[in-house]
Amino acid sequence: MKETCLITDIQRYCIHDGDGIRTTIFFKGCPLHCQWCHNPESQCFLPQLLDNQGKCTGCEACEITCPSRAISLRDKKAYTNRDMCSGCGSCEEFCFQSLREISGRAYTVKQLFDEACKDEMFYQESGGGVTLSGGEVMAADIEFVLKLLKKLNRFGIDCMIDTCGLTAWDNFERILPFVHTFLYDIKVMDEQLHVKYTGVSNEKILTNLEKLSMAGARIYIRIPVVKEVNGSDDAMQDIISFIRERRIQAEKICLLPYHNTGSAKYARLGIAYQGELFHKPDTEELEHWKALFQQAGYPQVQIGG
Amino acid sequence: MEKRGMNERIQKLRQESVETQPCLDMERAKIETETYKRYEGELSIPELRAQVLYDYFAQKTLHIGEGELIVGEKGKAPLNALTFPELCCHTLDDMHMMNDRELIRFQVNDEDFEYQKNVIIPYWEKRSIRHKIVSSMTDEWRCCYENGLFTEFMEQRGPGHTAGADKFYYKGFAEIKAEIEDTIENLDFLHDIQASDKRDELRAMAKACDAIMLLGARYALLAEEMADAEEDKKRKCELLQIAENCRVVPAHKPKTYWQAIQTYWFVHLSVTSELNPWDAYSPGRLDQHLYPFYEKDVGAERLDDEKALELLECLWIKFNNQPAPPKVGITLKESATYTDFANINTGGIKPDGSNGVNEVSYLILDCMDEMKLLQPSSNVQISRKTPDRFLKRACEISRKGWGQPAFYNTEAIIQELLNAGKSLEDARKGGSSGCVETGAWGSECYILTGYLNIPKILELTLNDGLDPVSGKQIGPKLGNATDFKSYEELWDAFEKQMTYIIDIKIAGNNVIEKIYEKYMPVPFLSTIVYDCISKGKDYNGGGARYNTKYIQGTGIGTVTDSLAAIRYNVYDKNKFSMEELMQALKDNFNGHEQTWNLVKNHTPKYGNDDDYADAIMSQVFGAYANLVVGRPNMLGGTYQIDMLPTTCHVYFGEVMGASANGRLAHVPISEGISPEKGADVHGPTAVVNSCAKMDHLRTGGTLLNQKFTPGVVAGEAGLTQMGNLVRTYFNMDGHHIQFNVVDRRILLEAQKHPEDYKDLIVRVAGYSDHFRNLSRALQDEIINRTEQSFS
Repeated sequence: MKETCLITDIQRYCIHDGDGIRTTIFFKGCPLHCQWCHNPESQCFLPQLLDNQGKCTGCEACEITCPSRAISLRDKKAYTNRDMCSGCGSCEEFCFQSLREISGRAYTVKQLFDEACKDEMFYQESGGGVTLSGGEVMAADIEFVLKLLKKLNRFGIDCMIDTCGLTAWDNFERILPFVHTFLYDIKVMDEQLHVKYTGVSNEKILTNLEKLSMAGARIYIRIPVVKEVNGSDDAMQDIISFIRERRIQAEKICLLPYHNTGSAKYARLGIAYQGELFHKPDTEELEHWKALFQQAGYPQVQIGG
Repeated sequence: MEKRGMNERIQKLRQESVETQPCLDMERAKIETETYKRYEGELSIPELRAQVLYDYFAQKTLHIGEGELIVGEKGKAPLNALTFPELCCHTLDDMHMMNDRELIRFQVNDEDFEYQKNVIIPYWEKRSIRHKIVSSMTDEWRCCYENGLFTEFMEQRGPGHTAGADKFYYKGFAEIKAEIEDTIENLDFLHDIQASDKRDELRAMAKACDAIMLLGARYALLAEEMADAEEDKKRKCELLQIAENCRVVPAHKPKTYWQAIQTYWFVHLSVTSELNPWDAYSPGRLDQHLYPFYEKDVGAERLDDEKALELLECLWIKFNNQPAPPKVGITLKESATYTDFANINTGGIKPDGSNGVNEVSYLILDCMDEMKLLQPSSNVQISRKTPDRFLKRACEISRKGWGQPAFYNTEAIIQELLNAGKSLEDARKGGSSGCVETGAWGSECYILTGYLNIPKILELTLNDGLDPVSGKQIGPKLGNATDFKSYEELWDAFEKQMTYIIDIKIAGNNVIEKIYEKYMPVPFLSTIVYDCISKGKDYNGGGARYNTKYIQGTGIGTVTDSLAAIRYNVYDKNKFSMEELMQALKDNFNGHEQTWNLVKNHTPKYGNDDDYADAIMSQVFGAYANLVVGRPNMLGGTYQIDMLPTTCHVYFGEVMGASANGRLAHVPISEGISPEKGADVHGPTAVVNSCAKMDHLRTGGTLLNQKFTPGVVAGEAGLTQMGNLVRTYFNMDGHHIQFNVVDRRILLEAQKHPEDYKDLIVRVAGYSDHFRNLSRALQDEIINRTEQSFS
């Protein structure tokens, strides 16, 4: 087992994902590359630099401190050669304007447990707990994740797993006893579209979902709704047909309208944003799809969250 | 301006209240001066004070507004502010300033200037309490005061902060007067060396009872006269009912819900016309006081919820009609608002310990929601026994964004009161008045004496006791920053400086307390505070059952982060030297960008649930509490502490250079127990956890501001979790929490175009205010408070 895992963020007072007041731990690295992803820094499995070249005043402090000599000045602005950058973070502290930030810090199980316990009083009052998310938590070292889940369970902290579903079935089987609820994503049923927009097939994802449901897991199905990808009656009907035919026991369906708040991060990571083509579905449409799910026998449908 | 109010009557009255320009009203000052000239030397001082109230109520111009159901104005008309030259004799410059200033303006007319110049100033200038205080303070005290180490609450306003008990709902003033006369009868002139002082005081109290009864009788007559002339039948009927009400109360105990509200209002007018005490005599636990009357009237079908709500709305307008007395100088800076802090606590528990929420509690919430007025300060007490639906309704109003209601923790308040020596029953009758100050309502005189600028004490510590802003040697010489070889040495010097400053403050307070006891008794207030009558002693002279003095600590966030910045960067990590830091502070961090960056962005800070910083907060708090809590005061009680700012954090910031946490020179320090602006980056639960590491139960009140963007509290989940956040903080003994729910963008727009945002109300400290009425510095401070936008 790895001693540590890379974490992009630990967010407290999460009230729209899962139940109650929750602390969400975002693991770094994801096997999917959804084009609409609003946390692009969580895709890569290595530490990454987020900078903000536009605001750089060219003071050179970062250039001097970089041990990998990855930074040079171009047009009086710090330019980082990302191939040379090791993500060590030396420059972070020296940027007077706090424009440089490393995404991905190593945490031990104990450190994550301690962070999670900080809001215990809030979990208790609100019926909340911890959500392991990402990136993709199921793509992290499973022994590490298992150890963390066991520890949280032993000390009575509720755990949810927010997952895209792409992992060996064995991994789900092992963590199942320690997970209260799975927040399980379904993007789009058409396999070709799935490959086009996320980079991978959905076959395994759907099989895993079916198996999880058969194994008795408590599941919230979460559907990111992007107008151009799955924002149609047909696409929604496809999902409904699937979950009905496979008898997926979904406690709740969440329709998550696409938003572009993550777009600025792409530039900060030096990668191209492909999401300009995407749009948020109309509120009426969302309400309409909500009704479709309800008619199909899933009374708990939530828009957003 | 938007129209608010349940019907046309309320809408009209509210509009008048909101749109009228406050002005000075000299009638009281005139009558008082004549009374003093006639009786001074002849009557004992307590009796003279009662005579002033009596003469004012006998001669004052009365006012019954069109459509009003609850009657009585402090001045000649709504928004007329009385002056109290016996406390603070305004100079002509003061009056010009009040008239000319843009914010918190009071209109002054030519006649008033003339009268002030020819009559008031010549008579009162040297007799005023303000003059007596300033001329009897030591040089050390003056030096601390003038340079912003502390403020002084009593130099322009009387000791107050008290809130109403239930006495006058069960006893009319005729009965109270009889009780007083009985006590006089039973004085023991043979053995009791204070018997004659007691007689003077009790006679004064009896006279004060006459004063309020006279006011009621005059209003009854006026209402009758108006009814005679009234052609509208419905209004005629109302006026006759008002006349009937005023014939019953305040002389006798109220028989109906309507009369109960009216009698409270007469009491309010009397307390605040007698002197101008801080916090304007809140009705306190209004829902509990009114409920028996409500229940009886509803049972008898004399009253329904609509009518009960309408009468509450009429009372709300009455509060809003009374701007806080005009302030000047430092007192204005520490409390720059029209709000007079009558802080109503709704909910909580009953004296027997059971849940206190009743139908009137919900009507009060509906009333505050509908009225959206700055005054009264309408807040809720949340106990473990409070039903969730009440908390939820309160959150629903609070998330609308204008800061009311704030939330107080019943269990914490009771524990704080018990710790300070109150009986369980008295503690349960108590609450938080003013901003957040704990008191046993109806039986305690608890006086805020002034704010303490804790970050400035650190500034002195780093400069060998010298104030770098004024260049004056204020504190003892204990060495320069560079002389301290360890954090412990620095801490030791800081604690010694704090001891020195607090001793000066308390020595000054001791003198001031005696001045009030001797020259400014308040016989009326004494009639309604237990045990002034039985002791034969004045409220200002130790007559109350409990006597507490508070000093309010300000800037815990700034001082904690500054100490953390020094400990972490200079002593622990050697990131830079103390010389470098001192130079950076001197240069206001100009040319010291790297140092600024380190202290601002790479140092543990209070408000993030980080034990490194939070332990320092506890250390500062502990030292402060140890130095103040439990010390004896001059009235036989003890000192306690509060952690709150009103607007003083802006003033205290003005008088300071840059701080080690990266706060630039002259910008506001942190407010209440909230983290320094922008320092807290881990969301509201981290803030709450940090704040809960303070031992709230050792205080008499703490104030925590949280700013949310509307998205965080939107929807069912937003509402439910807001309630859970409050409950959890209170489970951890948090005393108070309040919310601003507004987009930063909107505040910036409102700053640019105040004319478009006349209705925008924000939470400041323990009160709400119109954004347009705040100084630029305070506006900026609120805009920069960390906005929690996690979702």
